[in-house]
Amino acid sequence: MLYAPTPLHIPDGFLNLIVSLICWAITIVTLGFAISKTNKALGEKQIPLMGVMAAFIFAAQMINFPVAGGTSGHMLGGALAAIVLGPWAGMLVMTAVIAVQALLFQDGGLLVMGANILNMGLVTAAIGYGLYRSVIGQSKGVKLGMIGFAAWLSVMAGALLTSLQLWLSGTSQLEIVIPAMMGVHALIGIGEALITVFAVGFIMQTRPDLLGEGSESAKASRNWVYVGGIVALLVVLISPFASGDPDGLERVAIDMGFIGTGLDAPYEIIPDYTVPFLGETALSTIVAGVIGAIVVGAIIVLVGRGMKAKS
Amino acid sequence: MHFDAFDRYHEKESILHRLDPRVKVVVTVLFIVSNALLPDGAWLAFALAWMFVLASNLLSKLGLGYTFKRSIIALPFALIAITVLFSIPGNPLTTFRLFVWDFTITDAGLLRFVSILIRAWLSVQMAILLVAVTRFPDLVHALEHLRVPAILTTIIAFLYRYLFVLTDEVFRLLRARQARSAAAPGSRSGGGVVWRAKVAGNMAGQLFLRSYERSDRIYNAMVARGYVGHLYTLNPHEMKSGDYYATAFAIAAIFLMQVLGRL
Repeated sequence: MLYAPTPLHIPDGFLNLIVSLICWAITIVTLGFAISKTNKALGEKQIPLMGVMAAFIFAAQMINFPVAGGTSGHMLGGALAAIVLGPWAGMLVMTAVIAVQALLFQDGGLLVMGANILNMGLVTAAIGYGLYRSVIGQSKGVKLGMIGFAAWLSVMAGALLTSLQLWLSGTSQLEIVIPAMMGVHALIGIGEALITVFAVGFIMQTRPDLLGEGSESAKASRNWVYVGGIVALLVVLISPFASGDPDGLERVAIDMGFIGTGLDAPYEIIPDYTVPFLGETALSTIVAGVIGAIVVGAIIVLVGRGMKAKS
Repeated sequence: MHFDAFDRYHEKESILHRLDPRVKVVVTVLFIVSNALLPDGAWLAFALAWMFVLASNLLSKLGLGYTFKRSIIALPFALIAITVLFSIPGNPLTTFRLFVWDFTITDAGLLRFVSILIRAWLSVQMAILLVAVTRFPDLVHALEHLRVPAILTTIIAFLYRYLFVLTDEVFRLLRARQARSAAAPGSRSGGGVVWRAKVAGNMAGQLFLRSYERSDRIYNAMVARGYVGHLYTLNPHEMKSGDYYATAFAIAAIFLMQVLGRL
């Protein structure tokens, strides 16, 4: 295996459709922001830069160091990408990396790619950048310490989100998946933290100009500090709560109405030709019929266009 | 390293290779969505989906078992789903003791577990086949046609183009580290874990600087060749009649799976 096989790349089949689509929706909205921000802020020069930086993150994931007993430390790179490229560009770069891992290497699924991008690209970048910005202007030691903490926490956040998605899909049990995932990733996160700290320290020493500390407005910077701080706080609060009191989280999910859509969703979309939220009424059967008609219509249109197009 | 060292494309003359890449992307995604929609234990539908995978394998001329051999990749993740064996209430099938805990496998749990594995296994096979019959640049081009923002597809295209270059760079860094880390027999080389992490971190920083400077050179070379912020392609994808028929047939088959899964 040439690149870091982290247990965060969810394959297709492990999340149900509803959870996958919700994650896609969050990812698409965030990426929409990221694209409009980068298009505004960056010139044409930045596109090759971001492309090569995506290849850099991909390649940097192959750099490992032996820990003990044949295991080795790797890097995911979300926090590093956000710190050296800025949050929006970092998110786009991580998205490209995750997309290529899924498309080319089947490391992570296609339908669940929205969830994978959210867990490994967007949240890691937000935490990494937000916490890093909170110590701008401080001494180098404070900065590097915070970067290490941010990198560790970014991995924990990814693991927490993955666990929650698996639980909401009915694939894993909460009281097992959370301690298991968080425990493993507390260790993986240390490797991430060490590599990120030493990499940024190296860049600080050789090319401090590349870290662009004064590049952003004070307001945008403060907002990122808030975003990073809030996400970090959520991770710190939810994980012990969820592992210590899984029923508590279940309660929250029930109150928020997640659990119905979550646990049994595979059964609930058009079972027996009825549409779930409409109930077993005549209307429901009609809607199911309409969906069938649309499918048949689509096939007819496609065949028609096929006949028209010149072979 | 050769420039397409990472490509999973297999050169063959087949219907699937000739199909428009957009059709292949859309059908693959529909197939995976359809798998996610099938209820647990829809054996007939799973069987039909598997036939679909086998038929696609045959049509691609890569051999009936081509995707099967490569589909093991999703298996390790199955570990994460193993808890459903015990957690879903149902009739107990068997109970065993591990250390101090009793585990009871229920029939509903087993049904869910097997269904999750089958869905994952069928989906990953289709994704494997997609990249085996589509050149990666064509795939990226298809994503562009399917309205994925140009900035993302461009980054992905660059990532693919420079992946092997930077991988070579990583291998050089790793080889250099290995060359420096000689150890006399009986004694170990290097310092503790943190020291090793520092070496790895410095390598990542080094790689960053090399990549950054390389991107500068790349940009200058591109400007010299007339780059104005867009990548153009000389390969206009055009849907032919066969592409429409294939899409229609695939949608019909996938719809049939959904109907069978709910009988």
